Amino acid sequence: MEERVVVEKIVKKYKTKKTELIALNGISFSVGRGEIFGLIGPDGAGKTSLFRILTTVLLADSGKSSVNGYDTVREYKKIRQCVGYMPGRFSLYQDLTVQENLEFFAAIFDADIKKNYRLIKDIYSQIEPFKDRKAGQLSGGMKQKLALSCALIHEPEVLFLDEPTTGVDAVSRKEFWEMLHRLKEEGITILVSTSYMDEASLCDRVALIQKGEILSINTPEGVREEFRRPLWAVKATEMFRLMNELAGDPAVASCYPFGQYHHVVLKTAGDDRGVLEALMKKGRYEQAEILSIKPNIEDCFMALMNK
Amino acid sequence: MRTLKFLLQKEFLQIIRDPAIFRILFIMPIIQLLILPLAADYEIKNINLGVVDHDRSAYSIKLVNKIIASGYFRLTDYSVSFQKSLHAIEQDRSDLVLEIPAQFERSLVKDNEATLFVAVNAINGVKAGLGGAYIQSILQDYNEEVRAQWIQYPRMDPQPTIEVRYSNWFNPNMNYRYFMVPGILVMLVTMIGSSFASNNIVREKEMGTIEQINVSPIRKMNFIIGKLVPFWILALTVLTIGLAIARLVYGIVPVGHYLTIYIFAGIYLLAILGLGLLLSTYAQTQQQSMLVSFFVTMIFNLLSGLYTPIESMPAWAQTITRFNPVSYFIDVMRMVVLKGSGLGDIRPHIVAMLGFAVFFNGWAILNYKKRSG
Repeated sequence: MEERVVVEKIVKKYKTKKTELIALNGISFSVGRGEIFGLIGPDGAGKTSLFRILTTVLLADSGKSSVNGYDTVREYKKIRQCVGYMPGRFSLYQDLTVQENLEFFAAIFDADIKKNYRLIKDIYSQIEPFKDRKAGQLSGGMKQKLALSCALIHEPEVLFLDEPTTGVDAVSRKEFWEMLHRLKEEGITILVSTSYMDEASLCDRVALIQKGEILSINTPEGVREEFRRPLWAVKATEMFRLMNELAGDPAVASCYPFGQYHHVVLKTAGDDRGVLEALMKKGRYEQAEILSIKPNIEDCFMALMNK
Repeated sequence: MRTLKFLLQKEFLQIIRDPAIFRILFIMPIIQLLILPLAADYEIKNINLGVVDHDRSAYSIKLVNKIIASGYFRLTDYSVSFQKSLHAIEQDRSDLVLEIPAQFERSLVKDNEATLFVAVNAINGVKAGLGGAYIQSILQDYNEEVRAQWIQYPRMDPQPTIEVRYSNWFNPNMNYRYFMVPGILVMLVTMIGSSFASNNIVREKEMGTIEQINVSPIRKMNFIIGKLVPFWILALTVLTIGLAIARLVYGIVPVGHYLTIYIFAGIYLLAILGLGLLLSTYAQTQQQSMLVSFFVTMIFNLLSGLYTPIESMPAWAQTITRFNPVSYFIDVMRMVVLKGSGLGDIRPHIVAMLGFAVFFNGWAILNYKKRSG
């Protein structure tokens, strides 16, 4: 596999007068051509810092990184020609129209809109009816589509998307991911960060990142398989009391709310169902329900975080 | 070059689309030029005069009438004692008290000599100074009149009298507008050059759009030129409007050439825009850049010689004004408008301004970084 993004022991610290914040603590990974690589982590995990280092607008304190074979420090000019970056904050000109924005970004990358139109056709055709509207007046989903169009117009080899679906409705999110998969078919390497765990399964590989460190890098299935212990979902009428009692019980390793259920992992392997049933009976819960479930990415993340 | 063209196109689109900027750019200079020169006048009129006349003679009445007739004073208080007139000063009813002693007429006629007492309220320094000077010159005039009336001059004047007559070169009528209007114009052009340009760049930081520009292969120089050119043109447009108003409303026709003004303004704006650019590289928000440029232009304007002549400032302040680009432009404006100076006369100014331009822009470009550490 051709490697398009290589990150080696990158460290980035932000110093203020009193404190020192470690944004990235020596992380390493690599991404191959045509791969969708997801950086999954909570806010403040260091995702944006990493993206800014890879897009050459931020210098790392130590470590090496390269994009498309070019060093991010020495050959930054070459990188700027061949990457597309969509910052987490909408950063197009709000007082220019949709079309003017696209034309402007094509112009500063010296790209031909007509030639590269096929790349953005699927996305741009959806916002084209509003091409004379000012970008600031678009809805959240449409803004993201325009931003993606502008990031793609110069036919980048590598695309960096920083939380592209934050604040976007479910339908637009689904459409957005479908587009990313079509771009992947074009051979574009995509690095995407998100704090939505459910989007992780749409990536080829994911890195779970927290406090500047990578907890795990694997395919979404691989991450799930790393979760070795049985996972249980429990439900009863008094969910809040159940939560507190389970979390306080010495036999329980972790318990956290997840939708309608609480997800529970026990400390000891063996007759898990029996232990849980006994706990539920002791607390006299009504309509108690205990299910054995397969872990999803969020469960894995919670487990890794608590380690 | 193609990139620069698109940058300029985008910049103009944004400026034209922002109705606030457009309005401020064109309405502000018009209003300022129509109001300020009429209000900011150095001539002090309507000084409130209090009179304490202990004499009440023909001579004393004649003196008071003469003072009132000058047009600079108006009689607001006529008290019987100095104590009372001082009270009027305390209540801000009068600015100046003239006390005429009881034996004024008699000693003037008999002893050929009389004393008057003038008390000035010095809370407003300018008013006090000028009021005192005015009344002194009126008194002197009065003195001569009186003497001429009844003193038989000997054939040879025993005491030679020196009389001073003024003639105002370049501005014969001492019309204050002639040198205030060009000065105010300079202030306006400076404001547009420094704060508007710096705000514009900082806005890109605030909106996050600079992030997209930074990851693009766009050249630093292109970006900066793309930002400076529109404001250079806008500032020259405002200068044109200002000169038109000066001509149509105030009848100010420069003795020198308009071209000289424009050539100097073009160079001056390079320096001022460089200053704006420099501010923008340090400021993170529009508020910061606003406050800093407000502070800087305030000092520049006060130390520019627009309101108070540079020559009357203390030596250290005069040294500061040499590092103030505004003072050079105001000087040039007055030289060209009133004196008709040509490019040769303002060569030192041009050289200084080129120095400023290189200094500010150089610093700004060194400090503007597309990537951060």
